Amino acid sequence: MTPAALLVVLVGLTLVAYAVGKQRALAVVGGIRGIRNLHSLPSYYGALTALWCAVPALIVLALWLAFQDSIIISVVTKHLPADVQRLPPAELGLALNDVRNVVAGNVSMEAARPEIRAAAAEYLQLRSTARLALTALVIALGLIAMVIVRSRISAPFRARNAVERMVEWALIGSSLIAVLTTVGIIASVAFEAMRFFSKVPWYEFLFGLQWSPQTAIRADQVGSSGAFGAVPLFWGTMMISGIAMLIAVPIGLFSAIYLAEYAHRKFRAWTKPFLEILAGIPTVVYGFFAALTVGPALRTWGEALGLNVASESALAAGLVMGIMIVPFVSSLADDMITAVPQSLRDGAYALGATKSETIKQVVVRAALPGIVGGVLLAISRAIGETMIVVMAAGLAANLTANPFEAVTTVTVQIVTLLVGDQEFDSPKTLAAFALGLVLFLVTLGLNVLALHIVKKYREQYE
Amino acid sequence: MSERTNGLPNAPSGIAERPGAAARTPQQTQERVAKSLRRRYWAERRFQIYGMLAVFFGIVFVVFLFATIFIKGASTFRQSYVKLEVFYDPAIIDPAGTRKPEDIRNADYQAIIRAALKDRFPQVEGRKNVRDLGRLVSGGAAFDLRDRVMSTGGLIGQRETQWVLASDDVDLFMKGKIPRATADEGGPLSTQQFEWITALEKADALELRFNKTFFTHGDSREPEQAGVWGAVMGSLFTLVLTLALSFPIGVAAAIYLEEFAHKNRWTDLIEVNINNLAAVPSIVFGLLGLAVFIGFFGLPRSAPLVGALVLTLLTLPTIIIASRAALKGVPPSIREAALGMGASKIQMVAHHVLPLAMPGMLTGTIIGMARALGETAPLLMIGMVAFIVDVPKGFTDPATVLPVQVFLWSDSPERAFVERTSGAIIVLLAFLVVMNATAVVLRNRFERRW
Repeated sequence: MTPAALLVVLVGLTLVAYAVGKQRALAVVGGIRGIRNLHSLPSYYGALTALWCAVPALIVLALWLAFQDSIIISVVTKHLPADVQRLPPAELGLALNDVRNVVAGNVSMEAARPEIRAAAAEYLQLRSTARLALTALVIALGLIAMVIVRSRISAPFRARNAVERMVEWALIGSSLIAVLTTVGIIASVAFEAMRFFSKVPWYEFLFGLQWSPQTAIRADQVGSSGAFGAVPLFWGTMMISGIAMLIAVPIGLFSAIYLAEYAHRKFRAWTKPFLEILAGIPTVVYGFFAALTVGPALRTWGEALGLNVASESALAAGLVMGIMIVPFVSSLADDMITAVPQSLRDGAYALGATKSETIKQVVVRAALPGIVGGVLLAISRAIGETMIVVMAAGLAANLTANPFEAVTTVTVQIVTLLVGDQEFDSPKTLAAFALGLVLFLVTLGLNVLALHIVKKYREQYE
Repeated sequence: MSERTNGLPNAPSGIAERPGAAARTPQQTQERVAKSLRRRYWAERRFQIYGMLAVFFGIVFVVFLFATIFIKGASTFRQSYVKLEVFYDPAIIDPAGTRKPEDIRNADYQAIIRAALKDRFPQVEGRKNVRDLGRLVSGGAAFDLRDRVMSTGGLIGQRETQWVLASDDVDLFMKGKIPRATADEGGPLSTQQFEWITALEKADALELRFNKTFFTHGDSREPEQAGVWGAVMGSLFTLVLTLALSFPIGVAAAIYLEEFAHKNRWTDLIEVNINNLAAVPSIVFGLLGLAVFIGFFGLPRSAPLVGALVLTLLTLPTIIIASRAALKGVPPSIREAALGMGASKIQMVAHHVLPLAMPGMLTGTIIGMARALGETAPLLMIGMVAFIVDVPKGFTDPATVLPVQVFLWSDSPERAFVERTSGAIIVLLAFLVVMNATAVVLRNRFERRW
């Protein structure tokens, strides 16, 4: 039975279990008349039976499916001819891919080489055996659980408490997924990064000035030894983020101040959502805009002024990224400004300060920690932003301070290293994970710091 | 702060701190203030103007961005078609006369179009000229004819008038994007081709019509045959699965944290964790997906299944935070009333708190889904950037999604793809507008104030 069909059967079995449990509960107290003798409502007995029927079977099903393929492949690999097994891992992987393709029906049996054909046949045979075993196991588990729970149902049996305990465990499990995600990110990215650092020393990665990740595909190739000094990438990231912040902070801050302190209520009600549209536009749209409108425009203007502007200049990417971050800065600043108590403003007015003096010298200063926190969050967003720089910034790792030249960033390199087919073992692929680790740690640090500052600030005026 | 308040009038520090100055009478002070007022009011005006400029700049940018994209993309929805008198020549389609489907499928429909064009312009001679003439019509026209013959029986041996897809260069000319003058400069269309185009136009046999291809086809290397339908379906499969996973998990996590968890170090850790995850760059989630779902569990590359798993992890923090806010909004009196009537804690949540918090949760979820729909970077990592012609039919078929399609097309060298890219962006923005509008309506209609 295919897994999908098995799932349908299991759903059916669960429904049966519900009915069985409910009927049994009613039966032990002698029908609907004796219902007040039951500890819980009959539906709870049904639900308990159904849960016990479904949950263990589902867990077994999920685990089995998660590991079935790798186990079968390892068995198949062992039975491959010796000369195939001795191939280097990359080529062995290709052979196994051929097997998978034949199995999936992408390549017809006849078209494949004989050893692949044999392996595919073995794979198919093992899989059908595995499926048979899985079907038997899952259905047996469901039935056994159903029978056991049914036999335990009695009038004082506390079915509701049992069901609720299970529900509560499910709730806890759901909230753990967030933690598991973090653990997963750290474990997977750090693991691959460690593999990278075993090939390229970490100090060379962090402090090297040369970035050219093209490694030789064949051993006898020349001129592409691969250099993994990431400083040009860090520099490019900082430069583009810096340009972005130069745009985003003044515009975001001033528009927040204007809308919070000066604008008429009606004007604010219309303008604020309008500006927040900027936050909802997918970054790929900004990237398209930066690459096809802003980049060429800057190039033309630069030529008119006698400047040599690269068509993928840092400036174009930074400008558009800055605009993308504006609503982010302004909404955080707005929160912070409106959180400043009115009494502080009134105090300043009472001393004869004008409105702008009050804002500059009282409101903004009182809100400063919160604003700084917001700016830090915005910086972490700028550093992690991918699509704008992939589409509008360059690929060449230049170490330059000229914003009209092309620079590259960490995220651009991650994308270029990982898009397309790669072997999982080359330093080129692994370098992307090392970059990802740096990116994750830096943004995490910024976020923790920013959230801490913002939280402290909020508490101050609550 | 007080030592920096010199700008304020009557600030005692500003006067008292000057030891050399003689004591001023109130009148002198008043004069000083009156003198400085002009400057201070001017600063006030300036400050206000900065604020207005900032807001104005934001508004102008939004308008400019949308205008550029709509101006570039509006022409996508129309496409040039050529009217041809097509003769379904049995000698070409089915020379053996078997009428077997596979023979009909494999026939040379290009030849039928060539013949039809030759009928239209009988004076054209020479190999090169005939080839140039054939280039007016898209390569995809032959497939359209094949599909028509396959689906409609009894066409073989018949004649009919058909509107067939024009090539991308003809299309660009029709939309005014290739001027006639380019023919001499080695442009994509030759002088002779322009003559044919003029002749076709005069005979009303070449016109812009609604671009059905764009909404019914998958990706293609030829701009005139490329459509967004494959990407739309890919996005749909991905989002449906994302919703099915992230909504229940997110709501359950929010309920636990808000209603059940005791305040201790462990729940603090979970909270900090969720807040930080919300700010982790999306590309890092892509790395996680690549390493864990594809590398470790061996799930297929480019599949909506993996995309949905990654997007679920990405949107969970958003949904959890929104759901917690919605739960916080339900007043404690509701809970107390339920508990007072003898409900258990789970019954209280399931029967009373959850229904009241549901609109807020749904709003948050829709906003999270809108974010997932626009997400590109993590999907690049898990291989959803492949060139895929077929429209996906399930969760494990190779697929791409709308934003990635935009990215792919924006990279294409053909000029006609600029217009398609903008068209795809318009489609994407339309979906986002619908989703966000739904969220707003939901919030306004069902959110209760207590």
